[in-house]
Amino acid sequence: MRKLIIAGLLALAPLCAETIVIRNATIMTVTKGTIKGSIVVKDGKIAEVGEKVMEPQGATVIDASNQYVIPGIIDCHSHIAVDGGVNEGSVSVSSMVNIKDVINPEDIAIYRALAGGVTTANILHGSANSIGGQTLVLKMRWGKDADDMIFQGAKPGIKFALGENPKRAGNPAGGRGAGTPVQARYPATRMGVEDTIREAFTEAKAYKAEWDDYKAKAARGERAIPPRKDLKLEALKEVLEGDRYVHAHCYRADEILMLLRVADDYGFKIRTLQHVLEGYKVAKEIAAHGAGASTFSDWFNYKMEAVDAIPYNAAIMTKKGVTVSLNSDDAELMRHLNSEAGKAMKYGGMSETEALAMVTLNPAKQLGIDNRVGSIEVGKDADLVIYDKFPLNDFAKVQKVLIDGHKYFDRDEEVSSRPGKEAEKQKLIEKEKQAQPRTQGGRGGRG
Amino acid sequence: MKFIGLLLTCALGLFAGETILIRDADVYPVTGPEMKSASILIQDGKIADIAVKIVPPKGARIIEAKGMRVYPGMIDSATELGLSEVEAVRETVDTGEIGEFMPQLKALVAVNPDSEFFGVVRVNGITSAMTFPSSGGRGGGGGGFGGGERQLIAGQAALIHTDGWTWEDMAVKRSAGMSIMFPSMGGGGRRGGVPDNVVEILGQGGAANAAANQRRQYEEQIAKLSEFFENARRYQKAKSANAPGFQVDLKFEAMLPVLEGKVPVTVSAPHASTIHDAIQWAKKQNVKLVVLQPREIGKEGAELKAENVPVIFGRVLALPETEDSAYDQSFTLPAEAYKAGVKFAFGTFGNEFSRDIPYQAATAVAFGLPYEEALKALTINPAQIWGVSDQVGSVEKGKLADLIVTDGDPLTEQTHIKHLYIHGREVSLENKQTRLYERYMSRNQ
Repeated sequence: MRKLIIAGLLALAPLCAETIVIRNATIMTVTKGTIKGSIVVKDGKIAEVGEKVMEPQGATVIDASNQYVIPGIIDCHSHIAVDGGVNEGSVSVSSMVNIKDVINPEDIAIYRALAGGVTTANILHGSANSIGGQTLVLKMRWGKDADDMIFQGAKPGIKFALGENPKRAGNPAGGRGAGTPVQARYPATRMGVEDTIREAFTEAKAYKAEWDDYKAKAARGERAIPPRKDLKLEALKEVLEGDRYVHAHCYRADEILMLLRVADDYGFKIRTLQHVLEGYKVAKEIAAHGAGASTFSDWFNYKMEAVDAIPYNAAIMTKKGVTVSLNSDDAELMRHLNSEAGKAMKYGGMSETEALAMVTLNPAKQLGIDNRVGSIEVGKDADLVIYDKFPLNDFAKVQKVLIDGHKYFDRDEEVSSRPGKEAEKQKLIEKEKQAQPRTQGGRGGRG
Repeated sequence: MKFIGLLLTCALGLFAGETILIRDADVYPVTGPEMKSASILIQDGKIADIAVKIVPPKGARIIEAKGMRVYPGMIDSATELGLSEVEAVRETVDTGEIGEFMPQLKALVAVNPDSEFFGVVRVNGITSAMTFPSSGGRGGGGGGFGGGERQLIAGQAALIHTDGWTWEDMAVKRSAGMSIMFPSMGGGGRRGGVPDNVVEILGQGGAANAAANQRRQYEEQIAKLSEFFENARRYQKAKSANAPGFQVDLKFEAMLPVLEGKVPVTVSAPHASTIHDAIQWAKKQNVKLVVLQPREIGKEGAELKAENVPVIFGRVLALPETEDSAYDQSFTLPAEAYKAGVKFAFGTFGNEFSRDIPYQAATAVAFGLPYEEALKALTINPAQIWGVSDQVGSVEKGKLADLIVTDGDPLTEQTHIKHLYIHGREVSLENKQTRLYERYMSRNQ
């Protein structure tokens, strides 16, 4: 039954790129101010933006009078579309596992995220391990298979985690998910987390040296035997070589600073600090390292390491020179990142554009895809969201979402298709009932 | 002597005596039409007058509020404020006591007035909240930490102000609801519940026995709950008859206001079937009912309206219940209730979301609820539902001066609360978070 309903939703997915004109909208470009005008979309890209545009003949026209257009929202921290568990919790260094292997393109959370204006998301493992698995950037191309959802050209990443979560499995009295004394897993403290990361990179450096040595010899035409490939260290070698971004889950200032120093020592960069709730305390150090910060708007106090979380975090870090994004880490929050961004205007006085950038351009920069997405500019992917009202608060409702110039969500179509889907569902339920033998006098069933 | 008395009053924080004139604001009373450029006089903790022109009494502090707006302070109808601090740290959580029937437990007496949450929720204009011994939210739930048997009565929820020196000082209504963990088929709660159509399928298929087992357990629990109420009623009779050998029983004593209809029972009822069962059960027991956290209204709208049962919605910004529920299921629910004529208010069922309750209401507006109704569901509706509409919930003469002065619509993220009054006292909008902000913004080294 579930499959059939999903198949029904798939039927809504677009087939081919068309030329589209979005007319008479208030366009919040992020990089070039807010204008009243039109957008021309051709071959999946933004072809023209302006108060007056040349409308190509035969273009599909979307009249967006009194409506707002923003760049597709980018969520720098999500766990949707993952088939099954998000933590490979048996070891604290699990850099060999890859989220790419477990993408579920039929996760309904993808469609819901779309309906909340999200077009791109960074999909990560959970935070049980000091060094987690390999991450992936997806476009929310609902209806496509897993491979077609991948944001081609986006650099892959790896999840790190500091603080309470990675040390929990080592602490026999550590509350939720704690290990027993017999099974306790190193590390159990923040000290151990630092050491775990250092040990891993010490190994990775040696591994890289072996490979560098081999390659040098091969280049000189000398006989050499290639080192044995180690999938765990391969991912860390990529980090050392700058070919894989580090996205590090962290809360407290001490652990943030610790990771920056470990990275400095081993000569790699932390691309983003995730959650980074006390980032405001070490904003200067974060900016100096060049790490981005991807945080929550106003979550706090739900665990011990979140008691000093403040909603001004995003604003302080921005003012101190850090590129800041707001993420969801949650399939529900993901659906209203627009209003989460709006909170940055209240807490810390960010401008409209600065706030909007926190869920569009800034996460694009953090994921290294700002040449493709994150703002409304000619040549960028036509990932666009149309709202009925000013989009930075909860009075606004997503009307349409385009990815690569295809319409993937349309509220009017969604609402008008409901009676049909409901009828189909009832038919299927009826069929299911008929297909099952009637139970008799309580003797049926599995008992 | 009089001066010393005044000093003492100030020291105790009882500013009830301060006279304040809020001048030239746009006033949104909620219970009446908007008043442009009006003034509000606060005296003895109450709203003494509202008029276009008020001559300030001698010694009155004047708040110039031209271009600003005044609304009644908002009410969050379901929290664990003061009872639960850091959700993941058991030592800081006082919801979810052990024991099956615990009507004698009072949330109020465990409210920590220095909880960091109070200062945080005030910043967004929340001046009172219902705090539950166990709201079914994340902070524990019925016996959530205690283990043992399933809890059926969790205790008394209190309506409190979000400021005060002591819990006594904070109480608006000491016992405003009796929290019942009403049994449901397939278990209540947030994601554990089994929707009716699934039960239907299970019932038809090979899993009929599972459904029958559930049904039996459910009926046993309902019978237990009903028996407790019957016993409480016997106790009530024995007490009023002054029967020989009568002995005080704290559990039954706590039930008397419920039996007398002075305090409603609150029941978490996510599904239509539980709503229906709870209404029928409350009717049979002849007690007042408030339904908490419904995830669907459907045909129960008519019954809720007919039986005059109000509803407290949980977070509007919530995921749909099942994979094939409409994406906007929880966004449209308040509008659906409104159309059905059901009285409702909003609650957040978890302290960390409480400050966002205005935005939860705004979402309901985006999805069909008239704006005025959203505002009512944060002010006058909860005041009526919890039996305190003579005191709070609107800007009216004679009510407690629970007011917010804003620079815009309080339901939008861009608006700032400029002044906040609780019981006529101006309460600081500083909190731990604003202090950390100041401290770290000024870090230069």
